[in-house]
Amino acid sequence: MALLETHGLIAQYGQFKALFGIDLHVDPGECVAIIGANGAGKTTLMRSITGVIRNVPDQIHHNGQPIGALSPDQILRRGIAMVPEGRKLFPSLTVEENLLIGGQVRRGSGRWSLEEIYSLFPILKDRRRSPGTALSGGQQQMVAIGRALMSNPELLLCDEISLGLAPVVIRDIYAALPAIRATGAAVIIVEQDITRALAVADRVYCLMEGRVTLTARAKEVSREAIHAAYFGEPA
Amino acid sequence: MTHSVTTRTRASSIAGIAALALIGVGLILPAFASRSLIQDLFFILTMLTLAQLWNLIAGFGGMVSVGQQAFVGIGAYAMFAGVILWGWDPVPAILLGGLAAFLLAIPMAFFAFRLAGAYFAIGTWVIAEITRLLVAQWKTLGGGTGTSLPREATADIIGVATIADVFGLRDAAARDVLAYWLALALAVGTMAAIYALLRSRTGLALAAVRDNDNAAQSVGVDARRVKWTVFLSAATMTGFVGALIYVQTARISPDAAFSVTNWTAYVIFIAVIGGIGRLEGPILGVLVFWGLQTVFADYGSWYLLALGLLAIATMLFAPRGLWGLIHDRTGIALFPVQRRLVTTEPNKT
Amino acid sequence: MIWIDVLVQGILLGGLYALFAAGLSLVFGIMRLVNLAHGDLIVFAAFAILLITGTLGLNPFLAALLAAPLMFAAGWTLQRFVLNRVLGKDILPPLLVTFGLSVALQNGMLEIFSADSQRLSVGRLESASIDLGVVTVGTLPLLTFASAVGVIFVLNRIFYTTALGRAFRAVSDDPTTASLMGLNPKSIFAIATGLAMVIVTLAALYLGMRSNFDPSIGPARLLYAFQAVIIGGLGSLWGTLAGGAIIGVAQTFGAQINPEWQILAGHIAFLVVLLIRPRGLFPRAVD
Ligand SMILES: Nc1ncnc2c1ncn2[C@@H]1O[C@H](COP(=O)(O)OP(=O)(O)OP(=O)(O)O)[C@@H](O)[C@H]1O
Ligand SMILES: [Mg+2]
Repeated sequence: MALLETHGLIAQYGQFKALFGIDLHVDPGECVAIIGANGAGKTTLMRSITGVIRNVPDQIHHNGQPIGALSPDQILRRGIAMVPEGRKLFPSLTVEENLLIGGQVRRGSGRWSLEEIYSLFPILKDRRRSPGTALSGGQQQMVAIGRALMSNPELLLCDEISLGLAPVVIRDIYAALPAIRATGAAVIIVEQDITRALAVADRVYCLMEGRVTLTARAKEVSREAIHAAYFGEPA
Repeated sequence: MTHSVTTRTRASSIAGIAALALIGVGLILPAFASRSLIQDLFFILTMLTLAQLWNLIAGFGGMVSVGQQAFVGIGAYAMFAGVILWGWDPVPAILLGGLAAFLLAIPMAFFAFRLAGAYFAIGTWVIAEITRLLVAQWKTLGGGTGTSLPREATADIIGVATIADVFGLRDAAARDVLAYWLALALAVGTMAAIYALLRSRTGLALAAVRDNDNAAQSVGVDARRVKWTVFLSAATMTGFVGALIYVQTARISPDAAFSVTNWTAYVIFIAVIGGIGRLEGPILGVLVFWGLQTVFADYGSWYLLALGLLAIATMLFAPRGLWGLIHDRTGIALFPVQRRLVTTEPNKT
Repeated sequence: MIWIDVLVQGILLGGLYALFAAGLSLVFGIMRLVNLAHGDLIVFAAFAILLITGTLGLNPFLAALLAAPLMFAAGWTLQRFVLNRVLGKDILPPLLVTFGLSVALQNGMLEIFSADSQRLSVGRLESASIDLGVVTVGTLPLLTFASAVGVIFVLNRIFYTTALGRAFRAVSDDPTTASLMGLNPKSIFAIATGLAMVIVTLAALYLGMRSNFDPSIGPARLLYAFQAVIIGGLGSLWGTLAGGAIIGVAQTFGAQINPEWQILAGHIAFLVVLLIRPRGLFPRAVD
């Protein structure tokens, strides 16, 4: 059984329709990349899965159970955590408090703890007492990832974790991915950087204007197919 | 195919004609209406005007003032000062009321606009309290206990004698008629001015300011100027209404003239129940309010308790008020301010 | 010498105003909600304490101990079923709902308890005083001030050292992201309002013991509370205490010159601070 499945997932903001029936599935432990141009609906998809945008129950299933109408805190309790687009650290909280709040809902005795996060991103330990927003962009992204991991999720959603960061910093952040996957967690990575996404993912979905235009194994997909799916025209 | 932008609807055209007819009837009404009806209408018209003005600053402008009683009170007291201290005729002294409210609105805006978001509301309330306390120190106008307009002043208000002759009324009734006409003029003038304002560029700017100060600024709307203009204009008009109400009452005290309940709570309830952010709202609201008042006012505080709860219930279940409900059902807009794109098919011949 | 006395009395009075203000400040800080019925809720709590002392024959302190959980429940319910439904980007609905509540509460209390002045009597404590050498201060005012310091100390501990306080700050920063962290902002808001009502109960206890109260005095308490918050600077609880003290001192000095100027002097002090320090005395660095 798939860990997460969506069937004909629809989402809209007021009158504006952003997703037109998305079918997607993620297996346990799998890493899935979601790519697509600006405004394709990637963030909307993440927000729907995590309950920020409420939905009808049946359009999203987790371990076979409908979760589309649950609230974000209920979804988190089921083991789906998100690193939101733009990091969204709490400015009134220190780095450590940001991490602790992510661990407020902990599932079982998973791997992640404050110490484990600090050993994954050692720089954070030195800055643990600083306000979260006093850090550099890359460090903030580490906090955001650490915060999501603190609940020991079995599915981690990462929305554009490389956004606005220098290449060396992106490399550092992606270096943490194997450790995360080593816990058995599945990961969905939303990326604009297609090369990077294909390098780390098992499978890839491409969205365009609220629809899935490509589903493929990351190792097998051709540049031309991606180009066509991404821009809606042949290369 | 041609496109044009319009705010006019069929209902609004009908409403325009009906409004003109109503104003006409309103003008000649004193010829055959009873004195108590004229007094009721005076009450309705003045409350309607106050509610429209509050609706303008809060509903359209997002400046939720709980200090409107300051302008009613200061307007009334300025009129009294003109009559008692300087021997003015009460009717022209109403102009002093507007002036005084305008002058008070400047420091009020200055202080209250400094307060973040919702604290603006309490800020206006504080200024109103300060004004009340200061006025209560004004011994020549009766201090804390208040005073009355001198009989000589009320006896020969300009025009009253003529009205008394023409309609064959006693002086007291003729004064009511005059006050009623002035209230009618204020109500019509205020609503026409608000309607014109909302349809103008400033009205668009006001909507932008209400929705988001910063965004409005970034598209070149001078938010400060728009807010100041609207706030000062509304205060001035409120001062006129306050002065007029007390020309008719002829007796004043700080507690009554600066009453939060009478001049702000009632006014807010009228706008809320009728529908905030629409011109039609307060019209409907004032009629409902007047009906409730007539039937239940004897129940005193039970009545006020119920009004408070009714306002809460409206905000919870029908936040756009009675008119919002009607509009949703029927799509009718008597005073449309939204611009609509109209597409006319060329005649197929 | 008299002026030192006036100053000390003023500062102690400020403790009462800080108690009025702490709940208002807490709620505004967490959900940007200004509760216009705050003053009436204080009066309501005072009547609740009065009712308990009357029916159970308890002394006011014990009665307040009983009233506190009831007020917590009332605040929780109010937030959960009414205020949460109108919170949002638009500041108008919550303001109007709490304004309606203010009018409803005042008139409801008027019907139930009449317009008569009431007082929570605590016997000898009312007139007891302590000689501090330079000045003699009433035990009750001193106790009020100490309670205000205590409340603010505890609130600060809750805010900055507990999981609940962390949650308060997180939902205040960003409710959507907080919900992604497993918090339910609406429940947190309800707890915050409940907590504010516990502080309101304490404020009501001292209000009722120190002076007469009747159903109409709520709005004035709201104004003092608001002024203390603004003078202190949004988000600073110790600032609120300082703000309360400034209002208190201005009032006692005003009253010393002319009893009619007591209230006015407090308001003027507020305007002066707003004029020279629009963001208050101790504004929070990040906003
Ligand atoms: N809060 C909102 N209200 C209205 N429309 C929105 C809102 N958020 C997003 N949209 C619209 O929904 C569509 C999808 O947006 P979404 O943010 O999901 O795209 P995205 O793929 O994440 O883009 P990006 O790569 O820029 O992050 C866009 O057309 C966007 O304008
Ligand atoms: Mg996005």
